[in-house]
Amino acid sequence: MKRTDDVVLQTTSQVTVFIIITFSAFLFLAGHNNPGGGFIGGLMSAAALVLLALSYDLKTVKQALPVNFHYMTATGMLIAIFSGMGSFVFDAPFLSQAYDYFDLPLLGNVELATAMVFDLGVYLAVVGVTMTIILSIGEDR
Amino acid sequence: MEILMSVTTGVLFMIGTYMILSRNLLRIILGTSLLTHGVHLLLLTMSRLKTGVAPIWSEDIGAYVDPLPQALILTSIVINFGVTAFFFVLAYRAYQENKTDDMEQLRGGDDE
Amino acid sequence: MSMLHGVILLPFVAAAIVPLFYKLFRRIHTGWFVLPVPLLAFVYFILSMPTIREGEAIQSTVSWIPSLGVDITAYLDGLGLLFSLLITGIGTLVVIYSIYYLSKEKEAIHRFYMYLLLFMGAMLGVVLSDNLIVLYGFWELTSLSSFLLIAFWYNRDHSRYGALKSMLITVFGGFAMLTGFILLYTMTGTFSIREIIDLAPTLPGQDMFVPAMILVLLGAFTKSAQFPFHIWLPDAMEAPTPVSAYLHSATMVKAGLYVVARFSAIFAGDALWFWIVSLTGLVTLLWGSYTAVRHTDLKAILAYSTISQLGLIMCLFGLGSASFYTGGADIALYTAAIMTAVFHLINHATFKGALFMVVGIVDHETGTRDIRKLGGLMAFMPVTFTFALIGTLSMAGLPPFNGFLSKEMFFTALLSVAEMDFFSVQSWSILFPVVAWVASVFTFIYSLIILLKTFTGRFPKEELGEPPHEASLGLLIPPGILALLVIVFGLFPNLLTHSLIEPAMQAILPTLDNVEAKHISMWHGFVPELWMTIGVAVAGILLYLTLKRWQRLYSYFPGSLSFSRVYDFLLKGSQRFSRIITDTYMTGSLRHYMIYIFVFLVLVGGYFLTRINPFERHGEVVFAEVSIYEVILTIVLLIAAIAVPLAKSRMAAIVLVGAVGYMVTLFFIIFRAPDLALTQMIVETVSVALFLLCFYHLPKLQKEKSSRGMRIFKLIVSGSVGLLVTLIALAVSNHQMFDSISNYFVEESYRSAGGKNIVNVILVDFRGFDTFLEIMVLGAASLAIYALIKVRDRTPHERKEER
Repeated sequence: MKRTDDVVLQTTSQVTVFIIITFSAFLFLAGHNNPGGGFIGGLMSAAALVLLALSYDLKTVKQALPVNFHYMTATGMLIAIFSGMGSFVFDAPFLSQAYDYFDLPLLGNVELATAMVFDLGVYLAVVGVTMTIILSIGEDR
Repeated sequence: MEILMSVTTGVLFMIGTYMILSRNLLRIILGTSLLTHGVHLLLLTMSRLKTGVAPIWSEDIGAYVDPLPQALILTSIVINFGVTAFFFVLAYRAYQENKTDDMEQLRGGDDE
Repeated sequence: MSMLHGVILLPFVAAAIVPLFYKLFRRIHTGWFVLPVPLLAFVYFILSMPTIREGEAIQSTVSWIPSLGVDITAYLDGLGLLFSLLITGIGTLVVIYSIYYLSKEKEAIHRFYMYLLLFMGAMLGVVLSDNLIVLYGFWELTSLSSFLLIAFWYNRDHSRYGALKSMLITVFGGFAMLTGFILLYTMTGTFSIREIIDLAPTLPGQDMFVPAMILVLLGAFTKSAQFPFHIWLPDAMEAPTPVSAYLHSATMVKAGLYVVARFSAIFAGDALWFWIVSLTGLVTLLWGSYTAVRHTDLKAILAYSTISQLGLIMCLFGLGSASFYTGGADIALYTAAIMTAVFHLINHATFKGALFMVVGIVDHETGTRDIRKLGGLMAFMPVTFTFALIGTLSMAGLPPFNGFLSKEMFFTALLSVAEMDFFSVQSWSILFPVVAWVASVFTFIYSLIILLKTFTGRFPKEELGEPPHEASLGLLIPPGILALLVIVFGLFPNLLTHSLIEPAMQAILPTLDNVEAKHISMWHGFVPELWMTIGVAVAGILLYLTLKRWQRLYSYFPGSLSFSRVYDFLLKGSQRFSRIITDTYMTGSLRHYMIYIFVFLVLVGGYFLTRINPFERHGEVVFAEVSIYEVILTIVLLIAAIAVPLAKSRMAAIVLVGAVGYMVTLFFIIFRAPDLALTQMIVETVSVALFLLCFYHLPKLQKEKSSRGMRIFKLIVSGSVGLLVTLIALAVSNHQMFDSISNYFVEESYRSAGGKNIVNVILVDFRGFDTFLEIMVLGAASLAIYALIKVRDRTPHERKEER
């Protein structure tokens, strides 16, 4: 992709990307009790990065985010697998989940569920996959 | 509403099928996209529409819309995204290699 | 899990780690690491001999699929022990031999030993399994490893042909046998051989008894290369010689004999078994020895000789099966046949193994196995010649070697046929000795051919160049040991009678009491058997001397009529036939395949729709009301959708599909699916970005060039698909037959999973596995895309330039 020099777009996206990513983090964390979750959060983060790529170019994105998205996908899948295997320790079937409430400093009474870990795996995998797809296509010349 | 949605779904399926049966690779891909939309609406329709509030649990609400098809559709949307992306790349790589996107010309030789 | 299981498992484990040794210790021949495996197993079986001799069997069971009655039961009795000793004993010698035969630099020996160990384990599994299904699994594994070993030099056409042929024929037999096993199961309700033997008296007369027998025999005959399935064995000689010595003469081909012996107790009370087994054996014996004489390749001669000897043993098992019929009375007469079979089984393994190794040495040292090119090697290779002499004379049935003893006993068994007074055997009684005598004459002739044409006469210097020298010690030790055994068993046969033969006989005839092995002796006086042997020798020598005059007889029997040609014809024919069938519907056109799918869908779906009325309401059905927004949304969606196929440019088409997607998003909002709406919206957005990226590469949207008829046909197909889907949706909406299973999810979502977003809870908790597999699919798609773009084969154009 050619480098675009649309200053307005670039300036706006610098701000919006962070807003989108923050929102995606919110969506991800809210997932258990409100609309959202790993899929949506992951896709939205990826969308933010795509916006960045469209307003600058892929090289810039790669420099700004020196992440190997293959590893990210694999990490996500491994987290998902191991979160599922964790239940073996408690003699429960694969991917059994549990939850409880904890009093955390600053945050007050918070519910923590093992499903969250699994969802984190989904989140990472979705971001990794989407970015792999976009980057491979975009880099192809 | 269900009747209206049934007809809409049918039309989406029809157009999707028609596009898939064409010779052009791009049309086929777009056809699969339409077909997917049709399937999503079909799944929703089959589980009754607007039978309650959105499936976010709350103590004082008794009726929700069916959450199961929503979960299915969510999975489907994401997979469809991956598959469509794959189709696109496949299409343009096939075009690059073979210089054609006509499926009748991409039939392959006798020994394949 | 017991020692016995461990012994079966040992070769498999070794097979898995052999490549590692090959990689780590390149300087040491991998064979040395393999050698302990058969040796240890051999020692184990030797040590268990006293137990077996007491008449006890070693057994242990590991439960595998108890619900189907499939357990891994290892069962070691006299018969199993006999075969196990052959497998591990000959296996040890073959491994030693192969260390010197196969060069560690030139050959892929890690593959060789891997396959060999695989075979060894599988073969042990066959002879030590009590469960039919497990036995079958190991049985096919022996076919498979044999295939891999025959095709060891896979760049040779003949190797591949031979490998495929052996595979097709033996696996065909294997399938037949499996069917037979299943029939046995339906009759008895168990897969355990011993339990079936206990139920054997109830079997004859059942409808499936004869089919089961024939199917099991089919498996045994194909494996043991019985006429007319013998055709694969000569072609299997393309394998490296150690393999031929091991699989295709000493062990694998004897698996068929094992099955016949093992199943005698189940089927043998029937006259049909007696006739099929003994006559097939007799025909194979004659045909094999007759054909062996016409061949000029030493290994081909040995292959046909093996076929013929297998026929001999098979025939003996057939005759011996009569002992089940007579029960107690003059049982010794028939058990003598079984005893001879077991004895000859051992003898054949010793002398034929030695001969194969000798031929391997000749091949190794001179580079040819063609007897027309060979001659006069006696002077250069005296030790090899000695082993060949012992082996061939034993095979020919001359004293003082073990072959003489078993051949004499064989004649005795055949002459005793005249005394059988059942199955109307007596009217045929003259046939058995005569055919066997003629076959023995041929055997004598090819034995002489192998020995004399190779080792005597003039050394053809112009053909072979420099005279060869004696093989290295490592190549000589294994055939030396076998040759020694030939003499030892010849002089002291009674070393075997009670230790090995008698337990084996008792295992073959488990339902009979007082099964005893007779004392074997060299000299019986001037009995008919001795005269027959003398006759064989005289006629054999005479015919050998006049070989040139009558060998032309073979050319009258045209090669095109051979069974091998029949096989080739059938194979080619079936390939051609399937090609024609496949070509009629696999046109290569994606559109055709799609049409098949959609037409099938419409037909099947339509058929079921005719059975219900989609417009009729069942149960309490309340349809949701329609508001004006929804109507507008629907109209926009339909317009966008209908415009897609009419779009002139790719951009317009993509944008229109996007519009449909956003409309669907709005529908998700209306239908109270916030998660879906969010996801769909982002997906559409990312997809548009994707399209923009792909846009550059995509071809222009061509106007569809299709005939009017085709377009109408497409309309009909797609129209009926649309109609079908509408009707299905209506039918489902009109029927409220069951409660939705999602009530469970709604109720349990917060209570057991602690999540308020029910959709998300279903995704990550209740149906977590689905979601997990889904990200797998995504990962696979992304990898595929990455590979499609980054990993490219060079285009034909570039390749041409390089040249």
